[in-house]
Amino acid sequence: MLETLTPIAATGIFQYAWLIIAIPAVVAALLLILGRVTNGFGHWIATLAPIASFVIALVAFVQLLGLPSQSRAVVDPLYTWFASGTWQIDVALLIDPLSILFVLLITGVGSIIHIYSIGYMADDPNRRRFFAYLNLFIAAMLILVLADNYLVLFVGWEGVGLASYLLISFWAERPSAAAAGKKAFVMNRVGDLGLLAAVFTMLAMFGSSSFAAVDAGASQLSLGWATFVGFMLLLAACGKSAQVPLQAWLLDAMEGPTPVSALIHAATMVTAGVYLVVRSGAIFEHTPAAQLGVAIVGTVTLLVGAWIGCSKDDIKKVLAGSTMSQIGYMMLAAGIGPAGYAFAIFHLLTHGFFKANMFLGAGSVMHGTGDDVNMRHFGALRKAMPITFVTFGIGYLAIIGFPFFSGFYSKDHIIEAAFHAQPALGVLALIGAGVTAFYMTRLMLMTFFGDARWVKGVHPHESPAVMWVPLVLLAIGSFIGGMVLNGWIGAWLAPIGAEAGEHASWLPEITWLGVVTLLVVAAGVALGWFVFGRRPVPAVAPDKVSIITTIGRHDLYGDQIIDHGVVQPGLALGRGVALADELGVDPATDGLGWVVQATGNQVRRLQNGYVRTYGVTMAIGVVLIGLALVVSRLV
Amino acid sequence: MTELYAVLAVILFTIGLVGFLVRRNALVIFMCVELMLNAANLLFVAFSDHYGILDGQMAAFFVMVVAAAEVVIGLSIIVMIFRSRRSTSVDNETVLKG
Amino acid sequence: MILIPMISGTAVTFWICAVLAILGAVGLVTFTKPVYSALCLALVMVSLAVIYASLGAPFLFAVQIIVYTGAVLMLFLFVVMLVGVDTHDSIRETLRGHRVAVALAGIGVLALLVLAVVQGVAGGSGNVAQANDAAGGNVQGLAGLIFSRYVIAFEATAALLITAAVAAMVLAHPEQLRRKIGQTERAAKRLEAYAESGVHPGPQPNSGVFARHNSIATPALLPDGTIAAGSVSPVLAQRVVVGDPEELWAPHDEVLAAIEADGDDEETAEGLIESDLAIEDAQIEVLDESSTPDESVPDDSAADQGEDSPASVEPEPTAVQVAHGDPPITVDDGYTPADDLDDESDEPKKTTGKKGKHND
Repeated sequence: MLETLTPIAATGIFQYAWLIIAIPAVVAALLLILGRVTNGFGHWIATLAPIASFVIALVAFVQLLGLPSQSRAVVDPLYTWFASGTWQIDVALLIDPLSILFVLLITGVGSIIHIYSIGYMADDPNRRRFFAYLNLFIAAMLILVLADNYLVLFVGWEGVGLASYLLISFWAERPSAAAAGKKAFVMNRVGDLGLLAAVFTMLAMFGSSSFAAVDAGASQLSLGWATFVGFMLLLAACGKSAQVPLQAWLLDAMEGPTPVSALIHAATMVTAGVYLVVRSGAIFEHTPAAQLGVAIVGTVTLLVGAWIGCSKDDIKKVLAGSTMSQIGYMMLAAGIGPAGYAFAIFHLLTHGFFKANMFLGAGSVMHGTGDDVNMRHFGALRKAMPITFVTFGIGYLAIIGFPFFSGFYSKDHIIEAAFHAQPALGVLALIGAGVTAFYMTRLMLMTFFGDARWVKGVHPHESPAVMWVPLVLLAIGSFIGGMVLNGWIGAWLAPIGAEAGEHASWLPEITWLGVVTLLVVAAGVALGWFVFGRRPVPAVAPDKVSIITTIGRHDLYGDQIIDHGVVQPGLALGRGVALADELGVDPATDGLGWVVQATGNQVRRLQNGYVRTYGVTMAIGVVLIGLALVVSRLV
Repeated sequence: MTELYAVLAVILFTIGLVGFLVRRNALVIFMCVELMLNAANLLFVAFSDHYGILDGQMAAFFVMVVAAAEVVIGLSIIVMIFRSRRSTSVDNETVLKG
Repeated sequence: MILIPMISGTAVTFWICAVLAILGAVGLVTFTKPVYSALCLALVMVSLAVIYASLGAPFLFAVQIIVYTGAVLMLFLFVVMLVGVDTHDSIRETLRGHRVAVALAGIGVLALLVLAVVQGVAGGSGNVAQANDAAGGNVQGLAGLIFSRYVIAFEATAALLITAAVAAMVLAHPEQLRRKIGQTERAAKRLEAYAESGVHPGPQPNSGVFARHNSIATPALLPDGTIAAGSVSPVLAQRVVVGDPEELWAPHDEVLAAIEADGDDEETAEGLIESDLAIEDAQIEVLDESSTPDESVPDDSAADQGEDSPASVEPEPTAVQVAHGDPPITVDDGYTPADDLDDESDEPKKTTGKKGKHND
């Protein structure tokens, strides 16, 4: 089951795998170094870069398909990063079923979002810089998923953190955007600390940080260390994937341009935590506690995210809450163990499509309504923006799990697996599915149906082709993704430790759980229509709302909890240290300085400045030394 | 016989040392340094004769070369100081102290 | 100690030179005039050179005389002359307890050194003459050593000397403290001064102009017969008695008087007039006659003649007397007639430029 693949040496196309990373990295560097020279055409080469990477990845994928399933792991060693003592850290690319799926998702969705951004950012004076950062992100994310050891993975991990920071605060002239970028950066550091601790432990325990060595050595790890490493990895995953308790940054991250939200904060970067957990399956296999922790964190987050999604009026924040929720599903699946890995990745891929689709759709709506994000100002947009409506609707059906849409397959698997592993978790996941249906219905109704509540002077219109063509592509992915992958992904991922799924065809088996799930979803949709579809939605958010809505509007008080639990104690500690410094350290050092100064003032008198005095001193010194020598000879 | 030369050299050296310490005129101080160097040279030559090897004379020769270089630098420094301070007394240079 | 069976030439040399050297050293320290100290040092060095010669070191003997006494010490003397030829060092000690400390240090060093060198004498035997002979001579022996065993030290001294030479040049070169003033700026400044305070912008008059001598001490005379203040260096003005204008004019007056006494004797001067100026004019004849008796200073008279000619072409017959007697109003070029050069400092206009430098 956990037989790790023995990587084989790279030949053919795999030798050029480094180009997948190098192309966007070089383009990003070019755009940043050449500066304004590339203002005119920079976005075109920046868009071509991920497409080129996608083509290479696709060729590599086809090659991998042609190999027997047990040799589908190719290592492409590049160079030795450093060798210190007994440690030798090589930079090598690992192309196996898991990483190639990620590469395809990143470059594929990334390319589509690049194309979309050409239209979306057309009027921004810093469009070239935006594309440079996007390419930087693509390169860093590819390093993250292609690395064959944890240390190189960490480089990519930090790289995407940097790119995320730069892009969230891309409109840094807005104080809220600058603060959001800073918040994301700081909270990510907490997770990075966990990853560092885990990598250090691995280096100390196994003498290497490569996946192969960790997989091979994990079984010898003591329970205590395994649990420690597992929880540290979980902390890292929480930070990067915005899971409770490090979830607060993701909602603020919506300050960034919408394509960034779609690419980084929905489709790719925030799923890095899931990737990390799946990649470290060998460790979690030996620590039930950490595994359960992953599952619990996932479940809590999926409910919290759904809760937040129900109560927000900002369309992007609703989607952000839904992203947290969906990643919670993935974490839950990853926490179930090998039985859930394939489902986690499956849901990750389908979510990558339909969430990117909906974010870009939201961007299209904002584009058409003058950058408004408040859903209470929308309504009846389905006629004004038909393409956006249709594509968004496909995404909607996919996320709520409408039959034969992609979310239907992937989410059902997770709920089912959760029931098998822990019925309690399964029930919670099921409730989450219902809530998801509720808030997504709310979003659809408030945005595209009902009466037009448009702000005066706003004339919604369909976006240009460069923006709706990507929407169509992603909508197609959202629709057929589940059917295409359903029978295949379990077997495909089997070599990296996932258990093959039970469903082998695109036609789902009808089970009682599937029926219940559908019923719950239908109930959620009905409730949503009942609350928001029957009567007009007020254009101003009502004040008198239930306590549940209030809590949800305040992000479940995540910021306040962190402020009182972490920030204030930290400040108090800082003040205490400053006080100790003032009262203890300062007088001690000043006193020492005073003693030295006083001594110096006395000794200084010997230095009267007269050369002749110095000469006499020297001569007397010579005599004394000579006498000492004579005396020592005599004695 | 050599010890007589040695004693002469030591006496000259001591006179030079005392002069060096007592006098205030930078030029005279410099001459006293030269006197001490000459005393050392005398010792070199005397011992060269004493041991019957030429290396002592060699050393004296090098001392002269170094002394010549030293005199050039020293005198130009004295001239420079004189130019700015109108004095060659070393006691006037106490302003250099920290 | 060694008994000296008979007094050898070396011993005689030693005793004479030792006494001279110690005397010289003591003199070096005690004389208060640096020049005497330097000469005493020369005495010491020469004495030592002789001792070198008697110790089988003829090469060092020569080097000591030529390089040390001849070059280094002369450099010393040169600097002594440069910086303080007339300085007198005070004997009084200014540092409290310094003399005592020096005495203690001196005695200590003397004792230690005697102890050391006397110990070093033990065990040695030999004569450098044998080494000299073995090498075929003292110079050959030293040369052999320089270019074999000591060749690196020798090369290093070469570098040292070059460095010292360059360093001396750098040190002795005076720093340019202010920006150098160019010719244009000087001219502009001069004219500005002329515009503001009327200082004459042109060169000062030469010494000897209008006078009967071209000696540097002879002041120039202005057309009115007074002395031009700027024509003689103030140093000379202070030191030398610059002639009284009356005295300078005395020969001239004599000649003039003689001419006036003679009356108008035109025939004698006829030839001279034709050859010199070819201008038939009574005034010029008078002038020429006045210069003819004074044959001993032909240059001066020619100068007089040339300079006076503008005045002499004036129609008045007594042109010379006009120039000599009452001061004309035409003197307006910044030179106020001064009776005495020593009194120049009284005139504010004159002391601005040239004088301020020398009088402080």
